[in-house]
Amino acid sequence: MPDPMRIRASEKDGVVDVKILMKHEMESGQRKDASGKTVPAWFITHLNIKAQGKDVFNAHFGSAISKDPFLNIKYKGSKGEKLTVSWLDSKGEKRTDEMLVS
Amino acid sequence: MNQHRRNLLKQATVFGLMASAGLITSAQAQEWSKAAFEGKNLDEVFKALNTASPERSSAISINAPDLAENGALVSVGLSTTLKADQMAILVEKNPSILAGQFYFPAGTAPFIATRIKMAQTSNVYFLVKAEGKWFMAMKEIKVTLGGCAG
Repeated sequence: MPDPMRIRASEKDGVVDVKILMKHEMESGQRKDASGKTVPAWFITHLNIKAQGKDVFNAHFGSAISKDPFLNIKYKGSKGEKLTVSWLDSKGEKRTDEMLVS
Repeated sequence: MNQHRRNLLKQATVFGLMASAGLITSAQAQEWSKAAFEGKNLDEVFKALNTASPERSSAISINAPDLAENGALVSVGLSTTLKADQMAILVEKNPSILAGQFYFPAGTAPFIATRIKMAQTSNVYFLVKAEGKWFMAMKEIKVTLGGCAG
């Protein structure tokens, strides 16, 4: 099971500022290990953010998003809403975390 | 040909399962663009995004350093006053040029901040799609230590 994300979501003047830190190696497929073998690419491809079950953001990542991806977005919303953040990687592993907007 | 068909079927099944599990929306399942993410030069990526050459726009604001000491971790952000529903970040001299594609439903600000890897000093293209048309802004970011290995 992949490690949990760190999510911060706070509302100000009707806009929710969401900051997410995912825990993922984001292997580019360019790196070689100690024995000189190429480490295969392995990275998050899909990210979805829902507020109260409705999409507020989607992203497709390539291998050039940094290790432990960071993302900051802003959407029109209010305190107490339930955010659901899910990612899916190129091996089919996935992780979903929830957070209430403060 | 059969093998190709089989692979397509396999992919379709996996995405179908993920969509039905509610993990990703069905629209999303169709959209991760292999052609765009595997494009080997700017033209290939532009083509995969359905644009010949995005028009330069001063309505796109970039937040990115002039110099990044560590190419593995370059903080970049962009926002626009255009009515954007899609954005993309392209690093011209990376082995994989397209770093990410971002989708903004109505109600979400056309703003994104994230961190990307850069193999070397390169022009970085910040693309915004508004009303069906791609626009762009460009900035060169100098990299002291390449981040391909990161």
